[in-house]
Amino acid sequence: MDKNTPKDNLGVEGASVHWLHTNVSAITNKKGWFSIPYKEEYKKLVVNYLGYKTDTISITNLKAIHHFLTEQSELKEVIVKAKKKATYKSFLSTTNMFTVNSGELLKAACCNLAESFETNPSIDVSFSDALTGTKQIQMLGLTSPYLSITQENIPSVKGASQVFGMTFTPGTWVESIQITKGAGSVVNGYESISGQINAELVKPFSDNKFFLNAYSSLNGRLELNTHFNQKISDKWATGVYIHGNYRGEKFDKNNDNFLDSPLANQINVMNRWQYIDVEKGWVSFINVRFLNDEKQTGELNFNPTLDKGTVNAWGSEIDTKRFETSAKLGYVFPELPFQSVSLQFAYSNHQQDSYFGLRTYEIEHESIFSNIIFNSIIGDTRNKFKTGISFTHDNYEELVSITNYDRKETSAGAFFEYAFDNLNDFSLTAGLRIDTHNLLATFVTPRIHARYVPWENSVFRASAGRGKRSANIFAENQQFFASSRQIKVDDVGGNVYGLNPEVAWNYGVSYMQKFNIFDKKGDITFDFYQTDFTNQVVVDWENPQEISFYNLKGNSIANSFQVEVNYNIAPYFNFRTAYKYFDISTEYIAGNLQKPMHPKNRFFANLSYETPAKETGAQWKFDVTFNNIGKQRLPNTASNPAQYQLPSHSDSYQLLNAQITKVFSNKFEMYAGVENLTNVQQENPILASDDPFGSYFDSTIVYSPIFGRAMYAGLRFKIK
Amino acid sequence: MKKIILVFSLFLIGFSVQSQEVKKKKSAKITFEVDGICGMCKKRIETAALKTKGVKFAIWSVETHQLNLILDERKTDVATVQQNILAVGHDVFDADDKKVVATTEAYNSVHPCCKYRDEEIILDHNGDLKKQKKQ
Repeated sequence: MDKNTPKDNLGVEGASVHWLHTNVSAITNKKGWFSIPYKEEYKKLVVNYLGYKTDTISITNLKAIHHFLTEQSELKEVIVKAKKKATYKSFLSTTNMFTVNSGELLKAACCNLAESFETNPSIDVSFSDALTGTKQIQMLGLTSPYLSITQENIPSVKGASQVFGMTFTPGTWVESIQITKGAGSVVNGYESISGQINAELVKPFSDNKFFLNAYSSLNGRLELNTHFNQKISDKWATGVYIHGNYRGEKFDKNNDNFLDSPLANQINVMNRWQYIDVEKGWVSFINVRFLNDEKQTGELNFNPTLDKGTVNAWGSEIDTKRFETSAKLGYVFPELPFQSVSLQFAYSNHQQDSYFGLRTYEIEHESIFSNIIFNSIIGDTRNKFKTGISFTHDNYEELVSITNYDRKETSAGAFFEYAFDNLNDFSLTAGLRIDTHNLLATFVTPRIHARYVPWENSVFRASAGRGKRSANIFAENQQFFASSRQIKVDDVGGNVYGLNPEVAWNYGVSYMQKFNIFDKKGDITFDFYQTDFTNQVVVDWENPQEISFYNLKGNSIANSFQVEVNYNIAPYFNFRTAYKYFDISTEYIAGNLQKPMHPKNRFFANLSYETPAKETGAQWKFDVTFNNIGKQRLPNTASNPAQYQLPSHSDSYQLLNAQITKVFSNKFEMYAGVENLTNVQQENPILASDDPFGSYFDSTIVYSPIFGRAMYAGLRFKIK
Repeated sequence: MKKIILVFSLFLIGFSVQSQEVKKKKSAKITFEVDGICGMCKKRIETAALKTKGVKFAIWSVETHQLNLILDERKTDVATVQQNILAVGHDVFDADDKKVVATTEAYNSVHPCCKYRDEEIILDHNGDLKKQKKQ
């Protein structure tokens, strides 16, 4: 019976009823009545009807049942996610996309988004500098500015938050991550070049009622995460998520008189509201978030209150305050599940006050993002389209030493994306957007993806697309402030720092084959991507006393090849391995050179095993990750005095991480692990650490871990 | 007089035909049962339904065997969709819940693992389902 009209007592005709996990079913007649064969082992009856929520009723006796169905909108399906493999490579999606679920994120001590890719071969994680302890991610050999990072499809790590933004999303807040290689969708904007990473956060309706994660590591890092979720009514739910991390102990294991990792504390609070009206087809999210992040680094005896702005001791502080709010509203036409409209709006204010020795750097970035998307079909669901308009506004106020760099960026755009699927072996997505931007002019962004299944269990994909962006040179390369390098910007009369915007084309092909060897499933994937810059803001480290930014003259090409094998050795025992080759060359003033501090060859392997879960959920989980990082070209230091010179190339090295998790029950688990088990350390991460105010001081040439072996342990507690 | 009645009845017929026209919905929700067994059948059934001109949306449930459609009644009708599904080898249930059997020829065209009329294959699929559940 329809819940909306209980008094009419009208039955639903044509609803199907079946016993759970069986093929025994019946269809309701005109009055909504039915009868169904019964066996004692049948306990649960599933009621299914188009446009209504599927209900499962527990049957305890053989009396007649009255059951009311609730109307449902298709949007609900977007929110409720089935549990899949920890990392899921889509066979059906047109783009080369894979999904990392929270299960995968638990495999390593991922404390924030930047660290959550350690068990994933497609993303490379490395340290950005020797001071701030920040991890940087790369895809297809390009750093994060060329990757678009979104949080629930709203751009999140951009502008002022480019370097540290990934550390501002705690790992426990992440429900899943979707990684798309190559040109992304035009729906999310024109800026992405090498790929897109989208993080879905936990949802008040589906997350645990209460969750607690406590973590402590021997390198002095303490973390606490708590989630509280509450259903207000059957339509509203809210969640409060609190994250705090603290590192107060000073470590200097390599005896260079500099902290190996910064003193830090972060408070991060988010409140989410989720609204679902299944009967009318409305869905909404409202988020409010506040973050305060403080880091102090530099010499051991540096005391900010006494030594800031002096040459008594070298030190640095980076204080960030960030406020953000976003709202999403979606409507699915109740009669037409394939047609929907959604609206996204986000505002953020990011304020970073920092100094590096005697150099001050302050940036305030206010950002507005809005997007309206209409989804529907042409004829039938084989031909879908998305269309809409977007508006963004960014206001930057930036102070570098004593120079002000203020700018406003405003853009408005319209997009259309068509998706075809022949339901068998071919699908295609083609998108086009036109944007008009106050500093980048009016331009067109085309992107295309295609998928073809040549034979069983294999899929071939290709993509091509264009991206354009204004390089935020200081915010994206903040690490160089912690050196004596002089800043040189080659003013060619462009609109952003005197430079012209970056433009690149990305082309990619990928082939995946699933196989079955010794009755065990596996897959192998070959990827080749090329990013070809037609204009780039080159960051030139080749003169050890300088950092210079100029527009590309000549070629800059990033080639990346990857082969990845996943194999299920035995039940509960999985093996993943990958070999990656990168050839990234850019025309510098000094000539065409390989990108510095970037290995050409990498090898990755991950082994994971879990014991079968008992009734109570109790089990053991083991996970080991191995990385071989090949030789890296180091920036030229030949003009330095002999004691401040580095070799032309670094040696290759091996990293090993391992973690054990003991799940006691569905409520409680503990984990312990070790990062960098073999204790690999860069011998001399800071050049001229003995003379930090001299002209050779440089903490930017970092190619291997600074901190040696680090053990950690933690616990997780949840109430459903 | 006879003529008047004739004209009048003609008018009535015309009217009733017209009123039926009005009833034809641009997006009508329709549900009927189709026999099948697995994901491959699902694909075959949905594709056959969607390839019928006027069908906008088709979802078939492996569990319940229900095919849910949204179609443009001005362009097609249930019988046409059912014909197309029968043509790819799947039995359907008509409006009176009577089974309409696909021709043997059409049935033979389905993949061996999709032989939904075969008891053994049905059992085999159930076994598969159970295995998946355990993992």
